[in-house]
Amino acid sequence: MLRLRLSPTGASGDTGAPVGASVGAAPRGAGASNGTPGFDPRRVKADFPIFATPRPRPLIYLDSAATSQKPQAVLDAMSRYYTTCNANIHRGVYGIAEEATALYEDARRRFAAFVNASPREIVFTRNSTEALNLVARAWGGWALRAGDAILLTPMEHHSNLVPWQMLAAEKQLELRFIPLTGSGELDLDALPKLLADGRVKVVSFVHVSNVLGTVNPVAEIARVARQHGATVVVDASQSAAHMKLDVRALGADFVACTSHKMLGPTGIGVLWGRRELLEAMPPFLGGGEMIRTVSLTESTWNELPWKFEAGTMCIAEAVGLGAAVTYLESLGMEHVFAHDRALAATCMARLAEVPGVRLLGPPADRRGGVVAFTVDGVHPHDVATVLDRNGVCVRAGHHCAMPLHDQLGVPASVRASFHCYSLPEDVDALVTGLHQVTKLFAR
Amino acid sequence: MDSLFRDHILDHYRHPRCHGTIERPDARVEDANPLCGDRLRMDFRFAEGRVAEVRFSGSGCSISQASASLLCEAIEGKPLEDVKALTRQDVLDLLGLDELGPVRSKCAMLALKTVKAAAYGMATWTDDEEEAE
Ligand SMILES: Cc1ncc(COP(=O)(O)O)c(C=O)c1O
Repeated sequence: MLRLRLSPTGASGDTGAPVGASVGAAPRGAGASNGTPGFDPRRVKADFPIFATPRPRPLIYLDSAATSQKPQAVLDAMSRYYTTCNANIHRGVYGIAEEATALYEDARRRFAAFVNASPREIVFTRNSTEALNLVARAWGGWALRAGDAILLTPMEHHSNLVPWQMLAAEKQLELRFIPLTGSGELDLDALPKLLADGRVKVVSFVHVSNVLGTVNPVAEIARVARQHGATVVVDASQSAAHMKLDVRALGADFVACTSHKMLGPTGIGVLWGRRELLEAMPPFLGGGEMIRTVSLTESTWNELPWKFEAGTMCIAEAVGLGAAVTYLESLGMEHVFAHDRALAATCMARLAEVPGVRLLGPPADRRGGVVAFTVDGVHPHDVATVLDRNGVCVRAGHHCAMPLHDQLGVPASVRASFHCYSLPEDVDALVTGLHQVTKLFAR
Repeated sequence: MDSLFRDHILDHYRHPRCHGTIERPDARVEDANPLCGDRLRMDFRFAEGRVAEVRFSGSGCSISQASASLLCEAIEGKPLEDVKALTRQDVLDLLGLDELGPVRSKCAMLALKTVKAAAYGMATWTDDEEEAE
């Protein structure tokens, strides 16, 4: 059984050069809090009203990988939409319907600019899960034939595993997996052999692991995959929220993102797809808005991206996502990434001092702002419950990555994850709580 | 120090009663809590409409394992009819807790689900009480 455990020596406080995505230069030797000039997480935190809400104990939120908190600007934008121009889009010709449509499409343009895409290639979905299902169903159902293979990784979130399993069972496709190294990274040496027989038609993998924090070298994998004629799908759920994402530079064909992890509201996600593919493949869901003409027995499809947006869409959520993207841009994604990575490094170094804590995943300079660990002899759920008593919110469980935990040889783990509003004090509270855990459960 | 992790819960977690397996059981039920990976297996021997013997094994958090230990201890020797009548509240009483949040509740009630499935002779048992919450 593969065990991915990191020796404490790996947990240096350094912020190394970013890996994979085109993130800006992380300042070397940056401290956790204010190591990034021009970026002050304390000021950022003040933009998030949840932290100012009175409660018995201050909120120590270390579960941003599950969902991020929302800045006031996002809440205001959504509320403004509902109070000033709530109407269905693309239908009414009256004033507020025009306004609502303009806001919705403006959000699409903002998102497109945020990831260096054309607005035509930006399809709004419900979340990443739906975006990935869209690819598996609409593209995969159309492009893949019995005997073809799908190449995935063991570190996938269930949302990039189960849709492919379902398709594979239906169409007699083979599932293959890029193996992991001991440090919880993809073993790219295995890639050419996995692709050699030419049967792999799609390679679908996560950009940043939501458990290990591993930043996968997307461009490199995409290049090799495309050389072998495979279509490349990237689950950017954890990366789009924390680093500068340039879908063209990634070299992928489809990229899935989810708003609620990127300071936006729940209920909206994004699929970016290469225009030729989106044009060629059939629609996903049928219904209103995605059609051009409808007769009783057949229909033709609307143009991109509306071909993939059936039914009344999440309008307020799109507006919120647009505001979130604008807010993130105002922070500077390279600052956000450097901040998250520096905090993860601090966290790993501090956790290495707590007896019984074992860190999962690669060293800090090769990961994003996610730190998963186990505590010897204490179930992660019990750890999280004790921490909750201290106001510290961490995630415990398998984080929708059961196969990965099987490979790690642990049933579950505890995960602390950071975003732009996280502070070194949050790590202090985590460490204090963990000392209580080990005391409480000591025999 | 902590209202949830009372001494007797931690005691049952560390020193589970009725822990183990039964060689040729009359019933064997396995269930899991997908939320946190708690797993339980319970082996039963029945005699004269009663639970003659029950043994559990599995892995999971203190609440799931302590609940199993407490519940097994409570039902050994009891008529099956009594087991069928067990409720959520009975488990909370055994744990000595007033309430549990909806997430931790799943951990505590895994043992109840398992025991009820065996009593009713079913593969799995669904807690309608919980659904109704
Ligand atoms: C890596 C990864 N992929 C996909 C998802 C699914 O996101 P959503 O639940 O918003 O569809 C998540 C979120 O948990 C994730 O971390």
